[in-house]
Formats: sequence, structure tokens, C-alpha cells
Amino acid sequence: MESTEDLIELCLLMGKIMQQNGAETYRVEDTMTRIAQSFGRAESQSYVTPTGIMFTISPGAPAKLVRVSARETNLEKVNLANNVSRKIASGDLSTQVAYKELRKIETSPTDYSMLIQIIAATLASGFFTLMFQGSWYDFLPACVAGGLGFIALMNFIRLFEIKFVAEFIASLLIGFTAFSLFSLGIGKEVDKVVVGSIMPLVPGLLITNAVRDLMAGHLISGLAKGAEAFLTAFAIGAGIAVMFALF
Amino acid sequence: MLIEYAIASFFASAAFGIIYQAPRNAIIKCGLVGMVGWMIYVSLVWKEVDSVPATLIASFVIALVSQTLAKVYKTPMIIFSVPGIIPLVPGSLAYDAMRNFVQNDYSVAISIAAKAFMISGAIAFGLVFSEVLNQIIKKMRKTKAQLR
Repeated sequence: MESTEDLIELCLLMGKIMQQNGAETYRVEDTMTRIAQSFGRAESQSYVTPTGIMFTISPGAPAKLVRVSARETNLEKVNLANNVSRKIASGDLSTQVAYKELRKIETSPTDYSMLIQIIAATLASGFFTLMFQGSWYDFLPACVAGGLGFIALMNFIRLFEIKFVAEFIASLLIGFTAFSLFSLGIGKEVDKVVVGSIMPLVPGLLITNAVRDLMAGHLISGLAKGAEAFLTAFAIGAGIAVMFALF
Repeated sequence: MLIEYAIASFFASAAFGIIYQAPRNAIIKCGLVGMVGWMIYVSLVWKEVDSVPATLIASFVIALVSQTLAKVYKTPMIIFSVPGIIPLVPGSLAYDAMRNFVQNDYSVAISIAAKAFMISGAIAFGLVFSEVLNQIIKKMRKTKAQLR
């Protein structure tokens, strides 16, 4: 016999993992109600925002709340959570087993080491410079600036509670590296170098998810994500702007 | 030049797959999705299509490809679409706008910022449009099955 309490906890944990790691709002709501449905609770309701999730198993029952304080993009965790929800839908998992699996997903370390991520950001910066019609001369300085910026972002996010400060410092460093390399005669067009190397910081996923949520009718999520994206873009722009003023 | 773009967009999207921690076996597919989208965008822009409709078409195709991949491999669609749309994100426009703001060139800055906003809207609209199309097809299949 499945207890209602366990089922609620399971739905909330599933929603939390998906929302924390960058799934779309409608998908989170959909998955939560579907899990409840596959355990015979067809009348559950969920309300998901970027900062918190509310869930009630049947109308009139008390609603439970879970707070989402930090968000990142981890597609592997979204994928694993999705697999669990598939198994639940096909009736292969009990609530207890599913809950344990989700706990394991939640606490599992990231799939890629820090070094691999830094290398990826480095290469991405260089190739973005090429895509924005930069020349091969700009490839190397973009790699250096982008890689350093990403390292700074990773470390400062841990140091400060506030994400935007870390983004501001990272973009300051990118600007500084790009402009000083340029004044040393490395690189042809400093604009292309800067554009390529800020790409790993640009909130591309947030911007598109924000507009999508708005279109799908999740107005609060859309506005909240839009605000987050705007703040990030502003932090990056401000960092580069300071360097413009200096050089 | 076209090959250079293809290689650059492949590696850029694949690298973003790693930054966004996509599953290991999806990284190459992320790169391919990004490459397809960017090639469509670039070839449309070369034919003097405006960049907003070009982005719309490219993101629509990216969403279609991602949905197909998601169905085949039974994963959520965003694993492929998120790294795939990254090349289309108007990062360079946003940067240009910011630079003009700093240099007190407000009218130029605003017009570039408006363009950047239009392009991100086009990306989102392309994604939503293909999703809607997908749902309509699903519904039509269901009603057909019921009629039988």
C-alpha cells in the first residue's frame, strides 16, 4: 500500500530536481501531476515558479511547499529524472524505490570534471569568435580570455552568495585579458575576441526559456526568468563597459 | 568558409553541451543539431534574408530535429535543443548594444538592443511553434484512431 505522504514527497522531490536543473516550467508541472496520476491520484495540482514549488494531492488537502534557492543547468539530471518518471508511469517503481533513486540523482556529482568544463568553455569561446566572423588570429586570445573568465566565474560563484557579483568579476577579467592581449599585438579585432569569450557566460537558455514560459501562459515564471537573465546580461555588460572606459 | 562555419558551430554547440552537462552520449548530437541550425541561419542570411526570420526558421528546424531525436532516444527534448540554439543567441548584438550605451550613443544602442530582443523572441517562437505543430499532429492521430 502506497502512503499518500510518500507520494507527495516523491512528487515534490521530482519537481525540485527538474526545476533546479533547467527543465521547462510546464514540463515540471506536467511530470508532477502525471506521477500522482499513475498512483491513482488524478486530481492533484501543482504550481511551479523558478523559486518555489507548491503541490497538493487533491483539492481541499493541504498544499506542500518546497523552496528552490539555486538554479543551474544540468541536462543529465533532467534526463535521469525523466527516466525515473517514465518508469513510474509504466508501473515499474514503487514510491519508496523511486524516492531513493531521485535522492541518488539529486546528490550525484556532476558528470564532467572541472577541467573538462573549463576546456569546453575555452574552445567554445574560440569557435564563437570564428562564427562571429573573427579571423583565426582572434581564435587564441578568445580562448585565453574565455577560459580565464569561466574559471573566475566557477570560483567566485562558490565564494559569493550573489551570482551577479561573480558574473561581473568574470566579465571584468575577460575584458581585461582581451584588451591587454590586443594592446600587446595579439589578435586582430578586439570586439570579436570579447564577443566570443563572453558567450559561455551569456544567459541564452534563460532568455529563451523566459519567452517560452510567457508564451505558454506561465507568466510569473517567465517574468522571473526574464529578470534573472536581464541581471546576468547587465552584469556582463557592466564588466565589459568598465574595461571600455579604462582602455 | 562554409566548412569553417560548420566546424566552428559544431564544436561550439558540443562544448556548450558539456558546459550544460548533457549526457555523454548526447554531446555529438548536440553539436550536430547546433551545426544544422547555424548552417540554415548563415545560408539564409547570405541570401539576404533578414536575420529575424532567418533565426525563426533555424530555431524551428532545431526544435523539429530535437523532437525527433528525443523521440528516438526517449529523452527530454531540451537536451538537444538547448545546446543547439546557443549559436543563434544574439550575444554579439547584446554586446554591441552595451558598447554603444557606454559610448553615449543611445539611439544606436536602443535600435541594436531592440534587434537583439526580436531575435530572442524569434528563437522562442520557433521552438514553441514546432511544439504546437507536434501537439496538433498528436491530436489528429488520436482522433483518427478513435474514429476507426
